[in-house]
Amino acid sequence: MLSSYLGYYSLILGFILSVWLLFDSFISLSKKNKNLKKNTILVLFLQLFTVVLSFLSLVYSFINSDFSNETVYNNSHTTKPLFYKISGTWGNHEGSLLLWLLVLTLFIFLFIFKSKNQPTKYKLLTLFFQQIIIIGFFLFLLLTSNPFNFLFPIPNEGLGLNPILQDPALAIHPPILYLGYVGSSIIFSASLAALVQKNINADWAQHIKKWIFTAWIFLTLGIMLGSIWAYYELGWGGFWFWDPVENVSLMPWLCLTALLHTIVVLEKRLILQSWTLILSIATFTLSMSGTFLVRSGILNSVHTFANDPSRGVFILIFLFVLIVLSLIIFFFYHPKESSEKKIFWFSKETTILINNWFMMYFLSVVLIGTTYPIFLEVITNEKISVGPPFYHKLLIPFLIPFLIFMAIGPKLKWIKQAFKKIKIQQFILFILSFLISYLIVEKTSVEHLFTTILIGAAFYLFFITIGEFFKKNINFSQNISHFGFSLFVLSVLFNSLFSSEFSANMKIGEELKFDNNLIKFNNIETFDEKNYKSIIANFDIISVKDTTTFNPEIRIYNQPNILTSEADIKSSFFSDKFLVINLLKGDKLFNVRYQNKSFMIWIWISVLLLVFGGLASFVKRYNR
Amino acid sequence: MKKKIIYLIIFLLLIFVFSVFFKGLYKPNLYSPSQTSNKSLIEFSGKELFTNIEINSSQLISNNKFTIVNIWASWCVPCRSEHKILMDLSKNLNLNLIGINYKDNSESAKKFIHELGNPFSKILVDNSGITSIELGAYGIPETLLVNDNAKIIKKYIGPLTDKNVKEIEKITNQ
Amino acid sequence: MKYFKLILIILISFIFLQKNLVANDNSKLVNKISKNLRCLICQGQSIYDSQSDFAISMKLLIKKKIEEGNSETKIYQYLKNQYGEWIVYDPELNKKTILLWLFPLILFAFGGLLIFRKVFINKL
Repeated sequence: MLSSYLGYYSLILGFILSVWLLFDSFISLSKKNKNLKKNTILVLFLQLFTVVLSFLSLVYSFINSDFSNETVYNNSHTTKPLFYKISGTWGNHEGSLLLWLLVLTLFIFLFIFKSKNQPTKYKLLTLFFQQIIIIGFFLFLLLTSNPFNFLFPIPNEGLGLNPILQDPALAIHPPILYLGYVGSSIIFSASLAALVQKNINADWAQHIKKWIFTAWIFLTLGIMLGSIWAYYELGWGGFWFWDPVENVSLMPWLCLTALLHTIVVLEKRLILQSWTLILSIATFTLSMSGTFLVRSGILNSVHTFANDPSRGVFILIFLFVLIVLSLIIFFFYHPKESSEKKIFWFSKETTILINNWFMMYFLSVVLIGTTYPIFLEVITNEKISVGPPFYHKLLIPFLIPFLIFMAIGPKLKWIKQAFKKIKIQQFILFILSFLISYLIVEKTSVEHLFTTILIGAAFYLFFITIGEFFKKNINFSQNISHFGFSLFVLSVLFNSLFSSEFSANMKIGEELKFDNNLIKFNNIETFDEKNYKSIIANFDIISVKDTTTFNPEIRIYNQPNILTSEADIKSSFFSDKFLVINLLKGDKLFNVRYQNKSFMIWIWISVLLLVFGGLASFVKRYNR
Repeated sequence: MKKKIIYLIIFLLLIFVFSVFFKGLYKPNLYSPSQTSNKSLIEFSGKELFTNIEINSSQLISNNKFTIVNIWASWCVPCRSEHKILMDLSKNLNLNLIGINYKDNSESAKKFIHELGNPFSKILVDNSGITSIELGAYGIPETLLVNDNAKIIKKYIGPLTDKNVKEIEKITNQ
Repeated sequence: MKYFKLILIILISFIFLQKNLVANDNSKLVNKISKNLRCLICQGQSIYDSQSDFAISMKLLIKKKIEEGNSETKIYQYLKNQYGEWIVYDPELNKKTILLWLFPLILFAFGGLLIFRKVFINKL
């Protein structure tokens, strides 16, 4: 009870402080102060403190199952394990918004703290813009999504959180994702500040690069965690479904990755200033739009939070304000590009421009695919679905030139690459990649030409990046990330080419044949656990080489009344063997699905390599 | 000047996009296929629940001015509450009711009928659910009102309400 | 510029040449089709993934239709007639969806044009 009061009034205080900060920074700007006032920094810290306090009070309410708090009542249960009581704090709409605020206030505080060498006007402007966003979220929370609403009479028990959401990967997925997603807010504010300040130069690029990389690392990790959860928990064996909520996290990622490349160009050659700024603004705009699409109820998805049109209206208006604000500032302050600096076509800058070109295309495919059904329905009242086939058809062909450019690009010099004779080695490597690819594809029954070229291109990037590791003076972080990406494309392709599946309805004691294997349904055992009844089945999969025993489980929860299937997954470097069962109504039949997913674990490893490359950029050693 | 036009276009595009999203917020999210259609009911057949005789729908449909096809199951809670309305409708001489027992256990289905009454002239057993899907159903209970030419006049998804009943009576009493 | 256009044409033709792979025997075809269908009563799951009654019955229906000799396209057409276009995940190319398919490609071409202007005009 008390913690709800504490949480609520901390929020009110935080809100007041943000309004104060907004006016204070405005006044300091008009007075052209030379330094940040000590008061400003203190209030900024206090603002962070109030939000942390509010967040912790909510956590406390969850841990103590304080059902006088409506959010806790809706999303928790006394029998939930402690870890999931805590993670339940941000597993709902109101709590996750509090997490948004936490990251927003944390990042501006860290930013001011770490930008001591930056001009004061720039810092004040960043503060100003970030506070606009913060105020917007405070209002959103306090007016439409209060996490501290009271319930009277106090219920004895909560409604419980969906057991599918009680998973370690899913528990940390929101905080990590938000560090990336919401972290892009600081890039947005700092870019607007740099626009007004008119100091978009190499120093600024170097400074903002750290923030871009940080947000990017967390966003990549966050998306990966969501995918891992879907794969291990949902029991379908898939890891990406082109579901609107997934797409909504992918869009800022694509933008951020493009920005990551552009900022390097800005740092080295002081060109593409306007484009860099547009990307910065677009990234956060996409994050905000994503929040709108997911929380307003306008889209139909497995992941959507509770839907409420009034919340949607708020975010929509807020988003509109932010975009118009950015447009106005851009209109008045846009940098005048120096017309002497040109880009030679055979240079590294061009390949980075090409990277951006492809990234923006991928972004447009995902954006249009996700939002088109909404437009169609509003305008013509027709409903269509846009699913995986659409995205695959439009994206995969373009991966081919993309991969090849990725292989060539890093090898080109800045400004101008002289036309050396194409080394025989390069040419042989190119041919070799496609040859190997053909030999592999030939063994499968898929359409040869297209798949061969696709895998060949991925192999080319793969070999080129491996070759780079053996040279001196390489850009290690870039190479690791590009290598990780080639590995990712290869793993996903091999996974879809060589995986196999088998599904049937089986009785206890039955055995069935598939390919060269025998699947035996031995028996089931039932157990009573703390908050669910467990049915564990025993299967043997007998292949030519060996016998593996699987124990997939079905859990029947009492609160809420839900049935979940826990797959038994045996991972190895070559494949994941995946067995999942489902209860069929009435009979003693179980629906059994066995999948052999090739190279699954390499998909996760390659994404980790991608992230590792980003981390490595922080510890770059210059071998000059 | 060119720049100003670009900004104007962007601004107008923004207004367009936002109005669409705004309108989109208030559209219902659950999909229900068009309630009225000019479709015909396909022919279907199955074993009768009590007699186990194979029956075919075409004769049943053409012999009656109006037929109601109701898809139900003993394990379906809303079907229970809807049943009384079906009993009332069965008193309408212009209407013939056919029941389709969806993915049910025969014993439980018979018990359901014995307990609550039988408004149906015939009940077809649909163990696999294929027949119901072929009729275009996707959840139960669902009710179809067809005429003697097997044209679907009305489709009701979910349990029948009093309003639906009034509508049915109006159509069948013409 | 000529090469650029050529590459663009090849790329776009790849999109339409992508005949979907595998699917030899019936169960594989059932899986393939059900992956492309939306489960109407679940939020955002495919018929393949869903374990709801509707999905299970639907899979049986698809199997029956395949055994009756219907082609994949005919099955999709049948289901679209019954339930509307919403049930199929692959939006077909028609008047309603032409913008959906073309818009990204137009943007791609537009982006290419911008780069071309920046890079090739004004050579160093």
